[in-house]
Amino acid sequence: MKTKSGILLLAVLAAAGLGLPLAASAADAVRSLRGTAVDQAAQQPGNYAVEKDHAPAAREYVQQPPLIPHKVDGYNITTNFNKCMDCHSWTRYRETGATKVSLTHFKDRDGKELSNISPRRYFCNQCHVAQTDAKPLIDNSFRKAEGLK
Amino acid sequence: MRQYNNGGGLWGRLRGAGLGLVVLVFVAGIVFWGGFNTAMEWTNREAFCISCHEMEENVFNEYRNTIHYTNRSGVRATCPDCHVPKEWTHKIIRKIKASNEVWHHLLGSIDTPEKFDAKRLQLAQNEWRRMKANDSRECRNCHNYAYFDYSIQGRRSGRLHQSGFDEGKTCIDCHKGIAHSVPAVDQEIGIDRGGASPEVFHPPAQRQD
Ligand code: HEC
Ligand code: HEC
Ligand code: HEC
Ligand code: HEC
Ligand code: HEC
Ligand code: HEC
Repeated sequence: MKTKSGILLLAVLAAAGLGLPLAASAADAVRSLRGTAVDQAAQQPGNYAVEKDHAPAAREYVQQPPLIPHKVDGYNITTNFNKCMDCHSWTRYRETGATKVSLTHFKDRDGKELSNISPRRYFCNQCHVAQTDAKPLIDNSFRKAEGLK
Repeated sequence: MRQYNNGGGLWGRLRGAGLGLVVLVFVAGIVFWGGFNTAMEWTNREAFCISCHEMEENVFNEYRNTIHYTNRSGVRATCPDCHVPKEWTHKIIRKIKASNEVWHHLLGSIDTPEKFDAKRLQLAQNEWRRMKANDSRECRNCHNYAYFDYSIQGRRSGRLHQSGFDEGKTCIDCHKGIAHSVPAVDQEIGIDRGGASPEVFHPPAQRQD
């Protein structure tokens, strides 16, 4: 009994001693890159327009999921129907003029090759995104991979 | 003159009655037509369509996320714009067929989401068949492809519209699911859910000429 309450007392003291300065320094030290306080909402989301359809964009590095070079408004992916695959599947791409889905998308997580895309690639928007006219929020020093220059 | 007046007693009365009848029929006609057309107009409103919960809870809610409900110009297409023909005879025929909907409303054929899902493919196919048969007439009431400006349409739109119309395709061949979610479609991904087959979803083009 005695040792238990002793530990409890120690714990309370430690929490009080550590917690206070921690809370104070957290507000001082942590700065959002976007220039606003961390506990404030980031910049107001703007009304950005999606880019018009254009030719496929050059890739920045080899394993990059290519950006979507067209509008995707209203392209729903549901259990019933995958709108993207209506143009990008190997049975449809010739008629629609779309790039056929990459071979890498047919492999399931055990490395087995399937006859159509693997369920883990079903939600295309997880990796492929359309672009808007938004400007980068902060400067950065990202450079294209050497081999793709 | 007299003879005419004498003989005209009966004749005149008949003529008067006849005239009255004509006037009566005429007035009745106006009332009937007016009332009829008012009823036709009254049932041609979005509010009427969604007065049935079957229509509101499924298709209307989906349609609210699409371009024909809200868009930058505020010009809308409502339910009857796409589903009820504008021309008189076609309209009457569609309205008579629609009495089937009242019947199924009473039967409760699609009164739960589960029942609706189960019947959705059939209902969608009815609409696809109708639009395919009339060369997507209701779409063309608003969109006239003779006035498409391919220089400002998107790359994909311009390319597929030109080749598609050359092959004799119609709007619904390519624009299924423009206002609602589509029923299950067989895309050969994962398990078979008994969806629309590729021949149904992308039917071969049919030349009209
Ligand atoms: C109506 C047909 C259609 C639909 C639907 C469609 N795409 Fe595309 N997509 C195309 C076409 C055509 C191209 C080729 C662009 C060009 O050459 O104009 C393309 C290009 C792409 C590319 C670029 C490929 C590359 O090599 O850079 C990606 C990524 C892509 N689409 C992803 C998607 C995703 C994700 C969806 C679903 C949200 C989707 N697409 C839906 C027709 C479509
Ligand atoms: C897990 C992330 C991921 C998902 C999900 C995914 N992709 Fe990709 N995709 C990639 C990557 C990475 C590449 C580039 C490397 C490669 O080819 O695998 C790529 C390449 C592509 C390409 C270009 C192929 C080529 O020959 O250049 C297309 C088209 C494409 N994906 C379409 C799709 C579609 C459609 C879906 C949804 C059905 C999808 N992807 C889902 C990551 C993904
Ligand atoms: C009385 C309630 C009710 C009203 C009002 C109503 N619907 Fe329906 N609708 C139904 C039911 C029930 C069905 C399912 C019919 C079936 O099971 O065959 C249906 C089916 C449909 C279908 C599928 C068509 C087909 O041929 O299978 C369309 C399209 C449709 N309704 C559009 C409309 C439009 C447009 C309006 C307004 C002008 C409207 N509905 C008003 C109850 C209604
Ligand atoms: C009452 C008139 C009307 C009818 C009927 C109509 N539309 Fe539209 N549609 C519009 C308007 C208006 C817009 C454009 C809104 C905007 O961009 O501001 C539009 C936009 C579209 C778009 C462009 C979508 C996008 O994302 O840019 C397509 C595709 C389309 N309609 C197809 C159809 C098809 C297919 C039908 C028949 C089933 C149809 N429309 C019936 C008025 C109509
Ligand atoms: C051969 C297939 C095909 C046919 C037939 C077709 N379309 Fe399209 N349409 C497309 C594709 C692909 C797009 C671009 C991708 C998208 O919006 O999903 C498109 C885009 C559109 C757009 C948006 C244009 C833009 O670039 O802003 C409108 C509006 C439209 N279609 C209306 C119609 C109408 C109305 C008809 C019938 C007269 C029709 N389409 C027939 C394939 C077709
Ligand atoms: C832009 C045209 C358009 C508008 C507006 C529209 N529909 Fe539809 N509707 C369609 C098309 C096309 C189909 C055929 C199935 C498909 O492709 O999604 C359809 C299918 C249906 C069906 C059959 C079930 C299904 O989902 O396939 C019902 C019911 C229906 N519509 C009711 C309505 C009602 C109610 C409204 C108004 C709230 C409405 N529609 C507005 C074009 C339209």
